[in-house]
Amino acid sequence: MRKATLMQGNEAVALGAIEAGVRFFGGYPITPSTEIAEKMAELLPKVGGKFVQMEDEIASMGAVLGASLAGSKALTATSGPGFSLKQELIGYAAEAEIPAVIVDVQRVGPSTGQPTSPSQGDVMQARWGTHGDHPMIVISPWTVRECFDMAVEAVNLAERFRQPVILLMDEIVGHLRERVELPEAEDIHIYPRRKPKKTREEGYQPYAVGDDLVPDVADFGAGYRIHVTGLIHDETGFPSGSPAVTKKVIHRLHQKIMIARDEVIKTEALLLEDAQYAVVAFGGTARTAYQAVLNARKKGVKVGMLRLRTIWPFAQEAVAALAEKVRGIVVPELNYGQLAGEVQRAAGGACPVRLLAKYNAEIFTPGEIEEAVMAMAGGNE
Amino acid sequence: MERSFEKYFRQNRLPHMWCPGCGNGIVTKAVIMAVEKAGLSQDNTVIVSGIGCSSRASGYLDFDTLHTAHGRAIPFATGVKLANPELNVIVLTGDGDCTAIGGNHFIHGCRRNVDLTVVLFNNDIYGMTGGQASPMTPTGKRATTAPYGAIDRPFDVCRLAEAAGAIYVARSTAFHVQHLADMIKGGLDSRGFSFIEALCQCPTAYGRNNKMSDPAKMMMALRDSVLMKAAWDKLPPEKQAEKFPIGVLYQKEYVDYAKAYDTVIEKAGGRA
Repeated sequence: MRKATLMQGNEAVALGAIEAGVRFFGGYPITPSTEIAEKMAELLPKVGGKFVQMEDEIASMGAVLGASLAGSKALTATSGPGFSLKQELIGYAAEAEIPAVIVDVQRVGPSTGQPTSPSQGDVMQARWGTHGDHPMIVISPWTVRECFDMAVEAVNLAERFRQPVILLMDEIVGHLRERVELPEAEDIHIYPRRKPKKTREEGYQPYAVGDDLVPDVADFGAGYRIHVTGLIHDETGFPSGSPAVTKKVIHRLHQKIMIARDEVIKTEALLLEDAQYAVVAFGGTARTAYQAVLNARKKGVKVGMLRLRTIWPFAQEAVAALAEKVRGIVVPELNYGQLAGEVQRAAGGACPVRLLAKYNAEIFTPGEIEEAVMAMAGGNE
Repeated sequence: MERSFEKYFRQNRLPHMWCPGCGNGIVTKAVIMAVEKAGLSQDNTVIVSGIGCSSRASGYLDFDTLHTAHGRAIPFATGVKLANPELNVIVLTGDGDCTAIGGNHFIHGCRRNVDLTVVLFNNDIYGMTGGQASPMTPTGKRATTAPYGAIDRPFDVCRLAEAAGAIYVARSTAFHVQHLADMIKGGLDSRGFSFIEALCQCPTAYGRNNKMSDPAKMMMALRDSVLMKAAWDKLPPEKQAEKFPIGVLYQKEYVDYAKAYDTVIEKAGGRA
């Protein structure tokens, strides 16, 4: 462990990204994510990387994808309105299979909304913001230390699956300052950029895949003379109008994540061993929810918490198992109700699922969540 | 006949998808003539394009090629070049791609001065979608979305590039193939954001709507619509408005972005 310091969540994201090997940041200022861009502007030139402030959110996403194709691990950061603009090229990254990390420090929407106030209103945008069908990987931290760890993890996942990965933060965690001990560099696992396994002469095809269904697309300048396009393309990388190819590609994009879902989907079980009730929460709200769980336990209610580290793909199996075990689930979220529907679907009627929605630009108090837990426990007994 | 240019094309991707009489093939060939003259390596050159008829050129060329989203070629190219400044980066774009949906990226590309060579295939129309008015459609000309004639004024995109900070601005036409290739080569030889407007004909989507469906006649009209810059400069102002000057219209030296970033690295105490 390195020396403990007082650090902000956004700052920890920047440090984690650099540690993971990010050497390019294209960005545009937007509250509450701006500190990430500022920190990257300061740090990247020190490690031989490049920071460029682009003219808008779309351009910053384009520059990130170009840099990634040229061999740099690349990241950008934004918030709601900018996240909406970035969707066009997030879809491009999904289709052309370009590794990139997009940090979305959520704020209240829709539109300009409440610019510096906390929200978790982008749960569904993070999954479904683009047009067309493709999987998404979305992970969400609850502590400053986890901001660092998940920045590393997001970069690794992007490289492993050649896929855009969303680090879904909220203003609570992004602007939170707390004591943090960062790991030593040698204790951090880094997934290296995938390299072609064949030469041009051996018949290399940039979008051919092996057992893991992920292509080893060559970096530009490596001598492979590849073609990259957002059109549906076959193994050669060139567009194909064939229905068979279209079906195969869209299926493979989903399958490359689904066959590895145990590697991708992570949850944390807290005080669930003897639990009769559960809270399912993520991000900054999980901090409040955990306090509520502790408070309710002091009053004799056997309640635990399932914290979703991975938001998408949704932790279907973990939530389904939880629903079989407990008598009721409370889902607190800072929006009008987005994640609760997924929890309900996974629960499949095995136990009641109650949404606790808050959308007035304020965070939960532990008391509010505790009250919902007590109401559920009381109502069932 | 010397066909040395053939090695720059992906023969298995031909024939191209452009209509008979289209000017895009001529401009693409001029790009390759310039690449050959400049001696750029195919393994070390990236061709980036947007969306539209002209942007399909990237797929036919045997380099690392990147067919991006509509209007976004310059941002992608910016990322490619800054991540690996050893690569030569050429952008192929159309008038709708570059000056409408990509207009903001274009002016900021000029301002930022990343070392890119941008070739604008200007056929005054959205061809791929079937002939809608673009920001380059001349006032009064017809398009499917301007059935009574366009009332918008077109950009003078070369003056726009100059005002926005491009370090090399040139114009030529699909009629003047050798001249066009020379203009593009001038861009490849310049260190910074170079811009070449290549006027070209679209007989299918533009010509047919404007009583000019004969490609050869369209090319003659192209020839007659322009004048070499030295001759154009001598015209009285009222006559200048009737013709486009062709040639190198503007040139200056200014440090390119990657080079300027070296000073950032130095000040930060970093290593390149």
